[in-house]
Amino acid sequence: MNIIVCIKQVPGTADVKIDPVDNTLIREDVPNIINPFDLYAIEEGLRLKESFGGKVTVISMGPPQAADALKEALSMGADEAVLLADRAFAGSDSWATAYTLSRAIQVIGAFDIILCGRQAIDGDTGQVGPGLARQLGITQLTYVFKIRKVDPPGKIIMVDRLLEEGHEIVEAVLPALLTVVKDINQPRSPSLADIRRAAKLKIRLMTATDLTGVDRTRLGLDGSPTKVIKIFNPPRREGILDMIRADTAEEAAAQLADKILSEKII
Amino acid sequence: MPLLEIDKTKCVGCGNCVDVCPFGALSLEGDTVVVNEKCTGCGACLEACPFMALRLPESPSPGTGDMKQYSGVWVWIEQFNGQMGNLAIEILGQGRRLADLRHSALTACVLGHHIEPITREAISYGADRVFWVDAPSLAVYRTAPYAAVLINLARLHKPEIFLLGASSRGRDLAGSVATDLYTGLTADCTGLDIDPEKGLLIQTRPAFGGNIMAMIICPGHRPQMATVRHRVFEKPPANLLRQGEVITIAPALTEEQISTRVTNFIPEIDKVNLAYARIIVSGGRGVGGPEGFKPLRELADILGGTIGASRSAVDAGWISYAHQVGQTGRTVRPDLYIACGISGAIQHLAGMKTSKVIVAINKNPDAPIFSVAHYGITGDLFQIVPALTAQFKKRLNK
Repeated sequence: MNIIVCIKQVPGTADVKIDPVDNTLIREDVPNIINPFDLYAIEEGLRLKESFGGKVTVISMGPPQAADALKEALSMGADEAVLLADRAFAGSDSWATAYTLSRAIQVIGAFDIILCGRQAIDGDTGQVGPGLARQLGITQLTYVFKIRKVDPPGKIIMVDRLLEEGHEIVEAVLPALLTVVKDINQPRSPSLADIRRAAKLKIRLMTATDLTGVDRTRLGLDGSPTKVIKIFNPPRREGILDMIRADTAEEAAAQLADKILSEKII
Repeated sequence: MPLLEIDKTKCVGCGNCVDVCPFGALSLEGDTVVVNEKCTGCGACLEACPFMALRLPESPSPGTGDMKQYSGVWVWIEQFNGQMGNLAIEILGQGRRLADLRHSALTACVLGHHIEPITREAISYGADRVFWVDAPSLAVYRTAPYAAVLINLARLHKPEIFLLGASSRGRDLAGSVATDLYTGLTADCTGLDIDPEKGLLIQTRPAFGGNIMAMIICPGHRPQMATVRHRVFEKPPANLLRQGEVITIAPALTEEQISTRVTNFIPEIDKVNLAYARIIVSGGRGVGGPEGFKPLRELADILGGTIGASRSAVDAGWISYAHQVGQTGRTVRPDLYIACGISGAIQHLAGMKTSKVIVAINKNPDAPIFSVAHYGITGDLFQIVPALTAQFKKRLNK
């Protein structure tokens, strides 16, 4: 079974802090990491390979340093890694990203299952997975928290999807793209030997010229329908705090109960 | 090569752009700024530069042909078991407001099986026109048959704006529809407005877990698509006397053309309807363990409230994910939010700070939760929460 896992390299924390005095972003200098949701996708891909054989290919679009994320995926046990890096890809929104990934996957070759994390912790959109499935014209299964059954010869997969009201069990035709949520598994940590082994593996680099039949006007910033026009701080509330001070917990609770009741919401 | 172009003759090295870059792509080298490979072309730095030294290459986007043909606002009405959800009503309210601003009509797309009452409800909440698609193959939401209907309708009728809920289904559907229409999709919007000059939809959304907000436009493609977060907007009042047009539409796919089949549905057993709870008593790291939620439950029971939790309490395994409030959990807007032992990470605050009355109980007087609270008590929640329960018991005669 051929499994493709799409991963993204993201800043090591979403804790971009805001300086309240001059309204600027304070970024801790943390190293980049694999998007945490994508680790579950890698782990699920490795488990599928262990059950059914085949290989796991990880693919990432990003700047050259995204190779570090691919190395880490290789050390977890992925067989091959592809880095999509080209100035032509820079500035891609979720549409252009899904388009570029779909063209690269067509070049990589036949696959049975594509796995993605539910969303990336920097952009938080969760839209590249559905976009990629549609670009490739394959079955789309989002928010998967359990793979119940895979029947590669019969081309059938059965999964549990997480929805607001509960979960549904879906039977679907392969090939399929799954986006996975964190309840699906516990990602493994590579050993030192794994890391050494992975360091020797080569990452395949792909640029726009490697994508056969690609429409270059649909790549990168120019090919992206959405444009970010402004980035700003979330609105802050004014200092409205009424701090209750009392000698005992009982007294404080009595004062607080009075105040809550005076709001006439109970 | 990064995208950003820096005019070295204009740059004075003031560093304003370095501070605003969310990706850490800019740094100072001597008295000019330099850009590295982390640049995504987001444009956040452009307006921070007082010397107009920064620019992004602008070239005509392939885009949608004649954009003047596109008019009207559409909303997708999510339903489950024949019931329209609150999110759909909230979006109808926003759709109505945007349609009025654009002097155009609001269309509701109602897909499902045995859903005729929803067509009338959609009109009562503001729709001028309803596309009603009723078929057994649409009874339970599935990506392919739903997307096919909406793609066909949008190609034929050319809406200017298309809104969907940022629910599991809405995000699943919107990504598929926007892909075929080759148009922009802004996910999880918390603000929608019309640019008075250009008439463009200005979409505001949180990124980096709510640490920053981004304003996004879709200048050259139509429809302008967005998914909208729940409980960000008020529900509009229903007007049962409103009139509207209901147009019957045939499904786009036959059952044989659909590659998925939903075989079973298992409702959430521990049903937590946090998003629409009026009163939430929420616990964080300070509750110390699963049994630490017991006094919170007693308080919630007296008040008729629901139990919420911070991400750290959920990640520690003390309570299920269904209770999680915050960026990766639920956005809530109750009348009363009592935060017990929650320090108030920005992701948590993003999910609850629009609550009407916020009470914070925390040992640490400097905890960020106090910055959004209306009432605060510094102290041990295991003393204060039971005392508060006792007070309410007495005062509410329970």
